Amino acid sequence: MGDATASSGAATVDSPESARPVVEFKDVSITFDVKPVLQNISFSVDRGQTLILLGPAGTGKSVLLKLANGLLKPDSGSIRIFGQEITTMPERELYELRAQIGMVFQESALFDSLTVEDNVAYRLHEEHVPEEEAHARVVEALKFVELEQAIDKFPSELSGGMRRRVSIARAIVSGPDLILYDSPTGGLDPITSTTIIELVMKQRDVSHTTSLVVTHRLQDAFMLATHRYDAQQGMKEIPRDGPEHGIDSGMKFLMLNEGHIVFQGTTEDLVHSDDPWIKEFLA
Amino acid sequence: MPLLSPEAYLKQKILALQEYSVLCGAAIADIFTPPLYWSDIFTQMDSIGVGSMPIIVLTGFFTGCVLALQSATALRQFGAVSMTGSLVALSMVKELGPVLTGLMVSGRNAAGMASELGSMKVTEQLDAMRALGTDPIRKLVTPRLIATIFMLFFLTIIADAFGIAGGALTSVTTQGLNASSYLHSSYQSLVYGDVVQGLTKPLFSAFIIATVGCYCGMKTTGGTQGVGRATTQAVVVSSVLIIIVDLLVTRAMIGIFGR
Repeated sequence: MGDATASSGAATVDSPESARPVVEFKDVSITFDVKPVLQNISFSVDRGQTLILLGPAGTGKSVLLKLANGLLKPDSGSIRIFGQEITTMPERELYELRAQIGMVFQESALFDSLTVEDNVAYRLHEEHVPEEEAHARVVEALKFVELEQAIDKFPSELSGGMRRRVSIARAIVSGPDLILYDSPTGGLDPITSTTIIELVMKQRDVSHTTSLVVTHRLQDAFMLATHRYDAQQGMKEIPRDGPEHGIDSGMKFLMLNEGHIVFQGTTEDLVHSDDPWIKEFLA
Repeated sequence: MPLLSPEAYLKQKILALQEYSVLCGAAIADIFTPPLYWSDIFTQMDSIGVGSMPIIVLTGFFTGCVLALQSATALRQFGAVSMTGSLVALSMVKELGPVLTGLMVSGRNAAGMASELGSMKVTEQLDAMRALGTDPIRKLVTPRLIATIFMLFFLTIIADAFGIAGGALTSVTTQGLNASSYLHSSYQSLVYGDVVQGLTKPLFSAFIIATVGCYCGMKTTGGTQGVGRATTQAVVVSSVLIIIVDLLVTRAMIGIFGR
């Protein structure tokens, strides 16, 4: 998986665009019917950074992720992905841009009439990648999520956690430069959640892909902030006496409440925040 | 369900009409631009065409039987029982064949399209498709539109043929008509305009079935209950539209061919 991601990322890393943020929201607002869902949202995510979107259910976290992928259009504001304005971009051009973006949906959103192999290879088939190469890349992606034995199964034959892992494999198979995780552990038991978070961490630390991770589970957010993936040892805690003082410096937090940003900053800033609402949320 | 003000209700309907028109425009435009998903088109042709064959054969056959029985009663009063073949053929080819085929396929396939696409919508599979760089209209709607138009045309011909055969069976067995004269009067009564009229109607019906079915599916909200609602709506709307458009096409064809 690493090779595919690295080769895809190389083209953009060397380009002059690399200094720009990968994701940039400016004063973005969206209303459904008469209910404002997001109001004046501004933030940016740099290359290689992981942004955790925290907040209670129904605060617009998933909507924000769909806006970042151009699946929804904002009522006002500007959204730039890889430096390109997507709010005014025609759908046909958005399809091309999305080739660089992987997305893991809340309920996996696997195509239930296709096998695991066809689900993971969906984008490769659309891009007319030769069948042998597509199969090899699917196997590689499924190995990354440790699910290569399920290649011939249908989504209905898989557990919730397995479906989520297939969804991750589908998102990373083309080596995207940006991955959007929409509540990847939502509705899963704690052990399976840890497995999924380990995969998110693995993708972050092996391929250094820019990521937006939506979650309302604090334990997932802090596990990502305080652990690293090591090829030999798997997931391990970042040493507190090391240069990073036990916290991944590439991690940033964005907290939403009722459509507004209530916090954005580092893990350290978050845990030391004096805001009573944040304190209550973290308690 | 909340009660809407007349203004909000009207706006909602106009918005739906606008969205439906945009969907139809995009689905038609996608026919003329690559890529076309041929494997999906053939799969849909099999599902819509071959899958609907049994109900179309049965509907056509028994409608022809009933039509011959009912018309014979009236025709006997004028001593014109021998015209049963002509009446059945004209009725089946010009009106009952196309309309009944449209209604039956609407009940089977518009419902199927709405429920399939509706399930995909509520489970975010349509969003996933867009996120993976595929246009759902091109991938899902256009193949269904092409397949329905192509297959409904032939299904109508089959319904017409079985209707006439059903009428023949009834006329021969219960009215004592000669099979050869029945078929001869059927053949003689049909002219070019009748056939054109009968084969133009399924093109419109097919367009309605595919676009209404897909539109209702793609606009589904509200989970599994919403899928059920979209399915019912697709059948009701497409059936009513088929009958309305049938009237308009009939009037236009009478204007063109004079009968």
